[in-house]
Amino acid sequence: MILKFAPLLFANLRRHLLRTAFTLGSIIVAFLMFGLLQAMKGSFDAGATIAGQDRLLTLHKVSIVQPLPKSYWDQIRRVDGVAFVSPVTWFGGTYQDERNQIPVFPVDGATYLDIYPEIVLPPGVRERWLADRRGALVGRAMANRFGFKPGQTIPLKSSIWRRGTGSSTWEVNISGIFDVQENKGDTMGIIMHHDYFSESLARGKGLVGWYVVKVRDPAKAARVARSIDELFANSPYETTTSTEKALAQSFANQIGNVGKILTGVIAAVFFTMLLVTANTMAQSVRERTSELALLKTLGFTGAGVTALVLAEALMLTLLGGIVGMALAYFAVDAFGTTARQYLPIFYISLPAALVAVLLMIGLGIAAGLLPARRAMRLRIVEALRGT
Amino acid sequence: MPESVVVIRDLVKEFHRGPEVIRVLDGLSLDIAAGDFVALMGPSGSGKSTLLNLIGALDRPTSGSIRVEGLELPNLTDGALAHWRAGHVGFIFQMYNLLPVLTAERNVELPLLLSKLPAAERRRRARAALKLVGLADRAQHRPGQLSGGQEQRVGIARAVVTDPTLLLCDEPTGDLDRKSADEVLDLLATLNARGKTVIMVTHDPRAAERARHTLHLDKGQLLEALQ
Ligand SMILES: Nc1ncnc2c1ncn2[C@@H]1O[C@H](COP(=O)(O)OP(=O)(O)OP(=O)(O)O)[C@@H](O)[C@H]1O
Ligand SMILES: [Mg+2]
Repeated sequence: MILKFAPLLFANLRRHLLRTAFTLGSIIVAFLMFGLLQAMKGSFDAGATIAGQDRLLTLHKVSIVQPLPKSYWDQIRRVDGVAFVSPVTWFGGTYQDERNQIPVFPVDGATYLDIYPEIVLPPGVRERWLADRRGALVGRAMANRFGFKPGQTIPLKSSIWRRGTGSSTWEVNISGIFDVQENKGDTMGIIMHHDYFSESLARGKGLVGWYVVKVRDPAKAARVARSIDELFANSPYETTTSTEKALAQSFANQIGNVGKILTGVIAAVFFTMLLVTANTMAQSVRERTSELALLKTLGFTGAGVTALVLAEALMLTLLGGIVGMALAYFAVDAFGTTARQYLPIFYISLPAALVAVLLMIGLGIAAGLLPARRAMRLRIVEALRGT
Repeated sequence: MPESVVVIRDLVKEFHRGPEVIRVLDGLSLDIAAGDFVALMGPSGSGKSTLLNLIGALDRPTSGSIRVEGLELPNLTDGALAHWRAGHVGFIFQMYNLLPVLTAERNVELPLLLSKLPAAERRRRARAALKLVGLADRAQHRPGQLSGGQEQRVGIARAVVTDPTLLLCDEPTGDLDRKSADEVLDLLATLNARGKTVIMVTHDPRAAERARHTLHLDKGQLLEALQ
């Protein structure tokens, strides 16, 4: 039904090619930005939902980058309600090229795997890793990125730590590749043994980054956290302990504020684009007054010309919106590998795509509404006299 | 005496320009027989276009009765009038009023978009109408690529493509040279001979000669003169 009006609609968009191109361009850019921002936002949100409730993180009270003494390990282990504790350190790793940033974590192997049961290993790999002091486990995504194979020995260079020899490279043997149960985390990382990492350190031998603690009873997590922090109160290294989930949440909230600012920027972009599109439509309808009057003369009703003008506006926003989202999709695909070093889950979700489609429709209607009303109210005789 | 297609009684049309009221048509009565070819003449501003627009239901009278094909137009809603126009009237304008972005064929097809005809049938009828006005070979040309006379013939094709009973022409030759004007008038005469009732507003006495009757409008009244 509507299809038979398509030539008329397309002909109108062709009338001022340059103007149509500029308008389409601004719509495309707006939706490209929208798509990319949604991918980033999805990534932040995911971090908060995959974090565990029964795991605590004990950090230096001032900031996560300040280290804690290794002696805390034993003390935390003795706190009532603690099941396992593992030290974790930020290695600051790069591979081959300074630009290949890779997350590497020296940990206590056995307890770390107990704390994170969602880490899935092929049979025999756990034992092989624990038996090899220089062993390391590589996440599936990381292995795919660099083509790492079990049995391979790779040099990991730290941008933070230095060995007594002056070198800052640790050679590790890949004991195996790990996966993570679906939706429970990412596999863009490497874990190695803390002992092998720390024994040759030039400075900071007795230090670790932070502790990850598994509690026996999630219901008592808050109490355990308090006990740990009380233990080290008034020491040179005071701690702050909270659940992984709470931490991820507060991180997400901080990012969320950034997200709000970005959302504001996007809203401004969309508003500008709405004005641009509405202006294009208004101009296009104004200069076509006599043509719309002619259509009415031929028997098009007020509703009919309204529909034509709205359809034209919708065609603009849908065309621009779909192209913009397609570009965003390809950009996410192309830069995803790089982006996933920092943002584990980086993709355009189905709800985000649906929101985009609703935005296209909403924008089209909003931009076309006033011109459409003008077209509807147009009085034929007056418009025809105007020519 | 053939039946009247247009019956007008005591027609009054006023326009408001600020506080001022301009009475353009002042109690006009008129009958136009089916199959007639009427020329409507009169000085500029005498209300010729206004009368034509009222007969074609593009506007509403202030008071009085306009009956076309037995239908009392002022009683109908705007939507009903639009549907009525689509089926019963063809308009031909001085400035042709073609859509510049569409080909001749698409322009002629335009009124048929409101029908339920399938695309192939619409296309066939548009071609037939273009053939009738002698422009079958210009179907794919845009108005900008046609001469004034050709544009007006496309306008006539568009007016007749729905096969209306009534053709309303407002100075159809006003912008054309003698030769093109004669072609257009020949066409109107042919259409009239095939049964269309034609009402043509004109300033040109030679155009009026082609009509069967000429009506003179002055000061909102008719000075009817049978020829
Ligand atoms: N929509 C309108 N609003 C106000 N005044 C109008 C309107 N339409 C027509 N008029 C006035 O009505 C009078 C008749 O106008 P109309 O266009 O019918 O004249 P006409 O006989 O067709 O003249 P012309 O030969 O110049 O085309 C004029 O004085 C015109 O100014
Ligand atoms: Mg006139």
